[in-house]
Amino acid sequence: MKVFFHIGRYTLFVKKVFGRPEKHTVFLKQIVREIDKLGIDSVGIVLIISFFMGAVVTLQTAYNIDMPIIPRYTIGFATRDSMLLEFSSTIVGLILAGKVGSNIASEIGTMRVSEQIDALEIMGINSASYLVLPKMVAFVLIIPFLVIISMGVGITGGYIAGSVTGEVPSADYIYGIQYSFQPFFVVYSLIKGMVFAFIISTASAYWGYHARGGALEVGSASTTAVVTSSILILLFNLILTQLLLA
Amino acid sequence: MIETVDVIKSFNDKLVLKGISTVFEKGRTNLIIGQSGSGKTVLLKSLVGLHDVTSGEIFYDGRSFNKMGRKDRKALRQEIGMLFQGSALFDSMTVEENVRFPLDMLTNQSLEEKTARVNECLDRVKLENANRKLPSEVSGGMQKRVAIARAIALNPQYLFCDEPNSGLDPRTSIVIDELIHEITHEFNMTTIVNTHDMNSVMGIGEKIMFIYEGEKHWEGTKDEIVHVQNEQLEDFIFASKLFQKVRENSK
Ligand SMILES: Nc1ncnc2c1ncn2[C@@H]1O[C@H](COP(=O)(O)OP(=O)(O)O)[C@@H](O)[C@H]1O
Ligand SMILES: [Mg+2]
Repeated sequence: MKVFFHIGRYTLFVKKVFGRPEKHTVFLKQIVREIDKLGIDSVGIVLIISFFMGAVVTLQTAYNIDMPIIPRYTIGFATRDSMLLEFSSTIVGLILAGKVGSNIASEIGTMRVSEQIDALEIMGINSASYLVLPKMVAFVLIIPFLVIISMGVGITGGYIAGSVTGEVPSADYIYGIQYSFQPFFVVYSLIKGMVFAFIISTASAYWGYHARGGALEVGSASTTAVVTSSILILLFNLILTQLLLA
Repeated sequence: MIETVDVIKSFNDKLVLKGISTVFEKGRTNLIIGQSGSGKTVLLKSLVGLHDVTSGEIFYDGRSFNKMGRKDRKALRQEIGMLFQGSALFDSMTVEENVRFPLDMLTNQSLEEKTARVNECLDRVKLENANRKLPSEVSGGMQKRVAIARAIALNPQYLFCDEPNSGLDPRTSIVIDELIHEITHEFNMTTIVNTHDMNSVMGIGEKIMFIYEGEKHWEGTKDEIVHVQNEQLEDFIFASKLFQKVRENSK
């Protein structure tokens, strides 16, 4: 089965990625560059989607629980927990699978088909480690910040949407977002985010690294990378939820 | 000197090299010629370990490449320079950074030492005022020069060139060919060049091997090649009108 072939080859690939970096000074420089490229460059999209998700969740909840027996602060509470539990990790992860995943796959795929990877190997450099480890480390390090930003912006988005439409009184919303707060939800989200960052960076690099042919194949490697990362994120979301919250 | 003994390479079920035995001599430009798809690139990449051979042995000046452990192979890699068909320059780095890259990664030299060596190599390939440019900002011929400069940065003993003049105009092709030839003699390297260009064969071929569908069909010198009696090789050589003329005149 093809799936088993890919799992086997991916495992070997990840083992190669964890090879010792050739030069630590070079490695550190690469990490800084990747934090900028993968992390800082993603702040914009995270801000936008988080704001709108928070706003929409708030309004949907407001319109759905239009019954006097349910207190209005439930809306703030629902927005907060939706962001904390699911949106800021999983949805942000899926969006970044598209942005970062295709970026990594096409960059590494281009290097493969233009023989730049061979050029590294011929010098005796572990190309998988040289190219992928800095991206992986940078992305896993930076994603907690993106997740936290997403939580803050999402909750703020809900507040603004609730106030502007007049659906949720601000005092109720602010009470709601503090109500029955469980710090572990944040930890849970950060763990998920870091696992997703590992999945996105290594799975996408895997497809790029094993591309053969030309520009066309790099394009399809990039598509496959996004699809695979997304499916793996959904799968691990389920697994991690069972492990951490059950 | 590099020796191959019955090198066979197949990908899954596809047999590409069907038992190549030959010797590539030191201090000479050894040519591998053959049509597109005959297995030249696969042979070159098998020699340097970018492909693992299916069977057969490769010796670098008597040292068995197959039996080398990972450490020894890595050490040997630093004696190898390779010029890839599409130059394979790192496109996010400037010309200077490309040439300095092997020095950055594999030596502990100071920046001054490295810069001096980079400029020495760029001078050697006659490339001036391009240090800060990106590969995409210079011509194909210049990219080839940068790739040669990068390949010789660590003073290799073995130089591998995969179709060094593909995509270049005839004049630039000759310049690149001669550069490879000069460097080979200057540093007494074992150089192996893949080509399907008869102009290169007559220009710089000191020892020539012709492969056809993964088999060695002929080897010899450029003086012998035009008199050879081998159907496939004659097809290959005299595909060019120019060489048909040469033969008619010599009869
Ligand atoms: N990685 C690979 N997997 C499968 N087949 C390959 C691979 N690399 C090359 N081949 C096949 O080997 C044959 C020889 O290719 P190559 O050495 O590139 O020819 P050329 O003489 O033009 O350099 C071709 O038929 C090619 O399809
Ligand atoms: Mg070729």
